[in-house]
Amino acid sequence: MTASLSRSAFWRGFREGLPFVLVIIPFGLLFGVVATEAGFNLAETMAMTVLVIAGASQFAAVQMMADNAPAVVVVVTALAVNLRMAMYSASLTPHLGKAPVWQRALIAYTLVDQCYALASQEYERRPQQSMAEKVAYFFGSSMVVCPFWYGMTLIGATVGEAIPPGMALDFAVPITFLAMVAPMLRTLAHVVAALVSVTVALLLAWMPHNTGLLVAGLVAMAAGAQTELWQARRSAGL
Amino acid sequence: MNTVETWVIIILLGVGTFVLRFSFLGMIGGRPMPEWVLRHLRYTPVAVLPALVAPAVVWPAATGGDPDAARLLAAFATVAIGLATRNALWSILGGAVTLYGALWLLG
Repeated sequence: MTASLSRSAFWRGFREGLPFVLVIIPFGLLFGVVATEAGFNLAETMAMTVLVIAGASQFAAVQMMADNAPAVVVVVTALAVNLRMAMYSASLTPHLGKAPVWQRALIAYTLVDQCYALASQEYERRPQQSMAEKVAYFFGSSMVVCPFWYGMTLIGATVGEAIPPGMALDFAVPITFLAMVAPMLRTLAHVVAALVSVTVALLLAWMPHNTGLLVAGLVAMAAGAQTELWQARRSAGL
Repeated sequence: MNTVETWVIIILLGVGTFVLRFSFLGMIGGRPMPEWVLRHLRYTPVAVLPALVAPAVVWPAATGGDPDAARLLAAFATVAIGLATRNALWSILGGAVTLYGALWLLG
């Protein structure tokens, strides 16, 4: 009985993860192409995709390495892009925190944006499910998303070697990032954070080793948080 | 960037990302994060990603750092389409079409 419930939760996660494949295919291909164009060999491209599985930070790292940024700045900036995942981890802990540690480690490894979005919706919709079902649902969704991410990167990296230079591929990363950010600009606070981010980054572009980027990120985070607070206070009539 | 440095970056990024993802799940009964921390974390993607691309949009390396009309137009189109459709894929497609169209038109 429990096993069959878990099995059906796994397949529900699998089915609900399928639409995301449409997003994973182009991003995975693009990462493979961009990394190859930046001078990564196949082993390096695949190692990054399999170890990190976080598209935005992978694009960020490749872009900065192509700009010859120092290793410390590359790692710190790319990890800053992934800070949101600590928030995902915190928000899933009430549901999955009591699972065996190997399961939690596996869940953590595959805690990508898409799986987080699916799981947090599912647990809100069906809070009465057992721990085993919740874990099975999560694995169902990550079994769709992660293999596609690896496979598409592999294809992109193979194809990338055949793409001639002079295709203006330098601009693939900026376009990808702008396309990821624009749909996130849902609230005034998000818009303020993005505008502050751009302004400070341009003003501090003279700083050595891309360090202006770190300052811009921190200032913009604070700007977003302060805007949110200010709006909350205003709507509370204080 | 030499090979050793590339591999060091790949491994540190992999380990660091796993630590971020495992952080709270790893500690059973982990206390909830303070509200002010969550409030800042909410804005990390919109705070970091635009800063990363802004210099590349305004001073692209491909033109030796001179502002380039085709790339500026493509960036503008990408953001506009992303805001209108709330869909990253349409946004990328629109940006790419604008870039190649403008590069072709403007020579």
